[in-house]
Amino acid sequence: MYDIIVVGGGHAGCEASSAAAKMGFKTLLVSSNKKNIADMPCNPSIGGTAKGIVVREIDALGGLMGKVADQSHIQIKMLNNAKGPAVRSLRAQADKITYPKIMLETLENTPNLEILEAMVEDLIVEDNTIKGIILNNKEEIYCKALILTTGTYLRSKILVGDKSKEEGPHGEKRSNYLSNNLKRLGFDIQRLKTGTPQRLERSSIDFSVLKEECGDDSYWTFSFDNGPLYDKDKQEKCYIVYTNEKTHQIIRDNLKKSAMYGGYAEGIGPRYCPSIEDKVVRFADKERHQLFLEPESLYYDDIYLQGFSTSMPEDVQEEMVHSLKGLEHAKIKKYAYAIEYDAINPLQLTHSLETKVIKNLFTAGQINGTSGYEEAAGQGIIAGINAGLKLQNKDPLILKRNESYIGVLIDDLVLKGTKEPYRLLTSRAEYRLLLRHDNADLRLREYGFKCGLISKEQKEVLDAKISLIEKVTNYLKENRITLKNLPEDYKNRFNINLTNGLSLFDFIKRPEVKISDLNEYGIIPFKTTSFDVLEQVEFNIKYEGYIKKEEQEAQKLIKMENKQIPNDIDYDKVKNLASEARQKLKQVRPITLAQASRISGVNPVDIGILAIYLKKEYSKNE
Amino acid sequence: MNSTICAISTAMGVGAISIIRISGPDAIKIVNSIFKGKNLLEVDSHTINYGHIVYKEEIIDEVLVSVMRAPKTFTVEDVVEINSHGGPAITKKILEILLLSGCEPAEPGEFTKRAFLNGRIDLTQAEAVQDLVVSESEKSRKMAINGLSGSLSKLIKDIRKEIIDVQANIEVNIDYPEYEEGEKYTKDTLLPRIQNINIMLTNLLDNAQNGKMIKDGITVAILGKPNVGKSSILNAFLEEEKAIVTNIPGTTRDVVEGRFILDGIILNIIDTAGIRETEDVVEKIGVEKSKKASKDADLIIYVISAEDGISVDDSEFIKSNIDKKIIIFINKNDLSDNRLKIDYVNQESIIYGNTISSDGLDALKDKIRDMFNLNELDNSNYTFLSNARQISLIKEASLKINNIIETIDNLPLDVFTIDLKNAYELLGEIIGETYKEDLIDELFSKFCLGK
Repeated sequence: MYDIIVVGGGHAGCEASSAAAKMGFKTLLVSSNKKNIADMPCNPSIGGTAKGIVVREIDALGGLMGKVADQSHIQIKMLNNAKGPAVRSLRAQADKITYPKIMLETLENTPNLEILEAMVEDLIVEDNTIKGIILNNKEEIYCKALILTTGTYLRSKILVGDKSKEEGPHGEKRSNYLSNNLKRLGFDIQRLKTGTPQRLERSSIDFSVLKEECGDDSYWTFSFDNGPLYDKDKQEKCYIVYTNEKTHQIIRDNLKKSAMYGGYAEGIGPRYCPSIEDKVVRFADKERHQLFLEPESLYYDDIYLQGFSTSMPEDVQEEMVHSLKGLEHAKIKKYAYAIEYDAINPLQLTHSLETKVIKNLFTAGQINGTSGYEEAAGQGIIAGINAGLKLQNKDPLILKRNESYIGVLIDDLVLKGTKEPYRLLTSRAEYRLLLRHDNADLRLREYGFKCGLISKEQKEVLDAKISLIEKVTNYLKENRITLKNLPEDYKNRFNINLTNGLSLFDFIKRPEVKISDLNEYGIIPFKTTSFDVLEQVEFNIKYEGYIKKEEQEAQKLIKMENKQIPNDIDYDKVKNLASEARQKLKQVRPITLAQASRISGVNPVDIGILAIYLKKEYSKNE
Repeated sequence: MNSTICAISTAMGVGAISIIRISGPDAIKIVNSIFKGKNLLEVDSHTINYGHIVYKEEIIDEVLVSVMRAPKTFTVEDVVEINSHGGPAITKKILEILLLSGCEPAEPGEFTKRAFLNGRIDLTQAEAVQDLVVSESEKSRKMAINGLSGSLSKLIKDIRKEIIDVQANIEVNIDYPEYEEGEKYTKDTLLPRIQNINIMLTNLLDNAQNGKMIKDGITVAILGKPNVGKSSILNAFLEEEKAIVTNIPGTTRDVVEGRFILDGIILNIIDTAGIRETEDVVEKIGVEKSKKASKDADLIIYVISAEDGISVDDSEFIKSNIDKKIIIFINKNDLSDNRLKIDYVNQESIIYGNTISSDGLDALKDKIRDMFNLNELDNSNYTFLSNARQISLIKEASLKINNIIETIDNLPLDVFTIDLKNAYELLGEIIGETYKEDLIDELFSKFCLGK
């Protein structure tokens, strides 16, 4: 008997099982193959726009992904550095050997956590409550809460051209029965599709004709708890490749042979990560498409051809790859393929990631219709925490849209559902100036501490940071700057024009003034203060007006979030609702008016009608 | 299920006919129960049927009854309209009978509210219905009809589309920083597009002023020293005795309003007590009012008597209002041929004439046409914002866009998207595509009964 069982050892399963175990629950992680724990079957990178911020959020809550990535990446860079603090995001090329290895070691050294190699076939359910799992050898294992993080393994099918194989990534065994059993238990099962490009042999590529993409010259870390663990001068390089007219012609000539265009696939693929044939067909007037060559590991010589995902047959892929400049003689070690798999309809989930169908059953990751390692891990830690909180009879941890990208992701999933694999984008967040890379710890660490994932020592570091931010800010408010006390070379270098004295606080508001420069020139006395703290202070000052604006907007949202919809509401009694809105509201059953307003198919007018109805029907009782 | 509602849709009074409108699931059944003629339950939709309203075997009125079945009706419900022979007593009697037969009285604006809630019209259209009902001039009626057909919504939607397009391009740059997909957005490429959005909003606002003018008319204050002939000018416009005209200075003590229509635009004319420093307490109130009227007016017609010439008071007043739209009317040119010149006023704004032979009045009207571009208005389409709610939302949206233009050199890309998003949402509020608490409640409580 376990407290919590996690089925699936991917990125969601790792975070879920680690969180559950750290909360003190006797936890079992079941994986069909231990070697594939924390596997990266697709791109060799962690982070990216929005996703990098999710990794920071996971770390702030006490998760693993950031720390493991810090120990295993071979290149790292900050994206969108020039586009503003709200959209900055880290991306690292993770080593596909080292990352899973360190993750497995970490899990194996986690108290309360056991790992079992087995295939799960069915669930034990009594009184609509989860009781345990049944393995394919018919062995039964009991638990109080279960988290399904099965990734793409449910009835997965690999497609290359008109050929298909009923297996998971790397030729692993697929799970044949679980999704049918979930269907029997009342879940809507949908079919999704995603794809991955070719892996090429490093030595067969002519890098000399390609443009290099290097890592950043400054040090970065995903985790708030460790410093950089790499040498910035010894980073691996990526390269840029472009498609050309010849490539496009090959694709057009062979379109019928592609699994997707030939009609061999039924799953719905993601729009934001289209196959190369999709790109060529949909953007016919584009002369070229950009591709990246990314090294997968220091320990083997596969190069990942990002952006060239396709379901063309192998011979066409050969032709396509060889049409690219620099890849004329490239040796394909692994052909691109599409993978189809079963997922549940996330509208059947609550915000805690517990299913509405079966009590104490949680799901996270690709089974919920998302795509991406980070999205999976973000859900995983929340599912782990909430399974634990449920067993402790505590309220679930539900992150709000103005608090985190993870909150945006889950809220979108459970209110809007998804018909294609869901990828997080910065544009999905309404308050991204609040959801920055740099302040994830200030936003979320307290929650991690309350749930028991963040230690007292880590909490003390956070508290010290908060009070230091305050101290620096106060100093800047209280001290004035005049032309006299500015060093001559500073004035000359930055062309500072200062007629009247003003507070340092107001001085920093000027776009050309950097807090780090003031520090360097000794104008402010914070030489030993960490970059993190000064960066916080600078953002808060420079974007004060905009941050306040977003906070005000967020307050409006919170006000609407506080408008509860009683769970006994009968939507048939609400006059004038559009029929689609009525049906969606009945299906999702939102808890607050704000949630209702985010359900697709529910229009502002419907919200108005609902608000009026609530006021009329329920205000009498208040 | 909705109730069936009824209300008198035409203005109460002695008209040729009055219309009583009934809407709701039982509309046809209820009317049929008090109607003698064809069986309304069986007639085709959108037909007019002759018969009588009969109640307790008494014939109340001879009527025409229009039967319109859902969904192709204004409220998207079954709608019946009874055309009665008018007379407040009979119309009210029919309404009473309907209420006794199972109808409920419509709340203010309820027909429009149902049309809006049932998706028949959007918010600007709902507002247009309200405008249509209260429109007084041909132009304001046209404008309301244009609002009803959704051309304002279309303009707003076009601007929103442009905003979302710019935003989408910025977002592609942010979410896919390393790809060359999408236009690379820099401040240089962004600025012209933002400025273009600003121009679209400014045009809408300029038109909004016209829209307000068409709806509310132009307020004209006729000012000048006592006994220069202000009321005579008003009367000449109105062609009826509205103000008392005597030759004793200070007779007109109240600000008297008169209205007339020039090229389809209502001119609200305020006649005022003469401007003069005075000790007379009663008159002093009139003088205060005059000064206030000049502040509120869209146009000042300042009257000077050719006989008396320009006094210090006149000069002072004209100088202090030189920034406003002002016409100087030199009156009584029949009594004196003194063609007064005022060097600090544009000669074109000075008109000579008298009210006895109506000399100069046409020139005055032409000048007003000219100042307010009334000739051009005639040819333009009437897609204008017409109420304070719409105008203030556009102004707010315009402010956000201006904010981007002002800060574009100093702030990063991600910050602009905040203002862009806000502008987008503000515009959405105009057409009801952004939900704002209590907006709908508030709006419909303002609507008049009936329509």
